[in-house]
Amino acid sequence: MSAHDTTALETHQPGTKKLFMWVWFWLLILTGVEVLLAYMRLEPHLMLVLLIGLSLIKSALIVAYFMHLRFEKLGLFLIIVPTLVFCLVMILIFVFPDSLRIVRLHP
Amino acid sequence: MAELDIDAIAGSAWGGGVAPFATNTKKLGMWLFLLSDSLTFSTAILAYAYVRLSSSNWPRPFEISPAILNATFLTFILLSSSLTMVMAVAAAHRNEIKKAVIYILLTAVGGIAFVGLHMMEWFRLFAEGVTPWSNKWGDPLFGGTFFGLTGLHMLHVSIGVIYLCIIALGFGRRKFNADHVEVSGLYWHFVDLVWMFIFPMVYLMSVNLKG
Repeated sequence: MSAHDTTALETHQPGTKKLFMWVWFWLLILTGVEVLLAYMRLEPHLMLVLLIGLSLIKSALIVAYFMHLRFEKLGLFLIIVPTLVFCLVMILIFVFPDSLRIVRLHP
Repeated sequence: MAELDIDAIAGSAWGGGVAPFATNTKKLGMWLFLLSDSLTFSTAILAYAYVRLSSSNWPRPFEISPAILNATFLTFILLSSSLTMVMAVAAAHRNEIKKAVIYILLTAVGGIAFVGLHMMEWFRLFAEGVTPWSNKWGDPLFGGTFFGLTGLHMLHVSIGVIYLCIIALGFGRRKFNADHVEVSGLYWHFVDLVWMFIFPMVYLMSVNLKG
C-alpha cells in the first residue's frame, strides 16, 4: 500500500510480468506441497491445520499480487480484510463450541 | 480510458467523492461483492466441515488416480488462467487491446476446461453411485455437501466465463475500458482463491490412503 494519497487513478501499475510468473510458480509449489502432505498419513487435526495454513498463504498471495490489493490504498485494504476477519470470527465463535462437542460424540 | 483526477473531484481520497480509496466505484463495488461472496463460501465450507465431523461413516473415497490427479490438474488450470488474467489486465492498462482480448479469451478457455473436466468427474461419481442425495460408500450427506460445494464453485466459474466473454467482446469494440477488465479480473482471481480452499478441504482431506 503506497502512502501518497492523491494521485490520478490509473497511473500506478506496479507488478511486472516476472513478478506475476514468480507468484504463479510459488502457488504451484505450495499446491504440490499440499498434495504431498495429503499422503503423509498425518493425524487429521495436524493435517487440517497445515492444509488450511498453506491455503491461507496461497490466498494471501492471490489477493496481494493477482488481485492487486498490495498496490492499492491502505483504506481499501482496511475496509475489506478486517471486515472479513471480524465476520469469520463471529461465525467461528458459534461453530467451534458445538463442533468440539460433536467431535467428542464420535471417538 | 477515463482518467479521473481525484484532486478535482473530492479533494482527498477520504473525502467521499466519486472515487473513495482512489479506486473507481466499479472496483470498490466488486471488492464489496467479493467480501460477501467469500462469507457465502466460508459458511458453505464450515457447514461441510460440521456435517463431516458429526458423521460416523464419512467416506475417504479419492484415489490418486483419477480423482486427486484430476483435482490437482484443475488447480493448475485455475492458477494458470489467473496468470493469463493478470497479463490481460496489464495489457489492457497499456492499451494493447488485441493482446488483452487474446489473454481474456485464454482465461475463458481455462475456465471452460475447468468446468468440462469437473463435469466429467461429476459424471464419473454419478456412475459410481454418488449423487447429491445418495452415496453408496457411506453417509449420503457426503454427496450432498460435495456436489453443493463444488456446484456452487462451478456456478461461479461458469458465470465468470460468460462475464469474461462479454468483457472481451466489449473491450475489443472499445465499449469497455481497462477498468472493466481489471474488475472482471478481480472476480476471476476470487474464483481461483475459493478453489484453493475447496481443493484441500474436499479432496485432500478425503484421500484414500488404503489404496
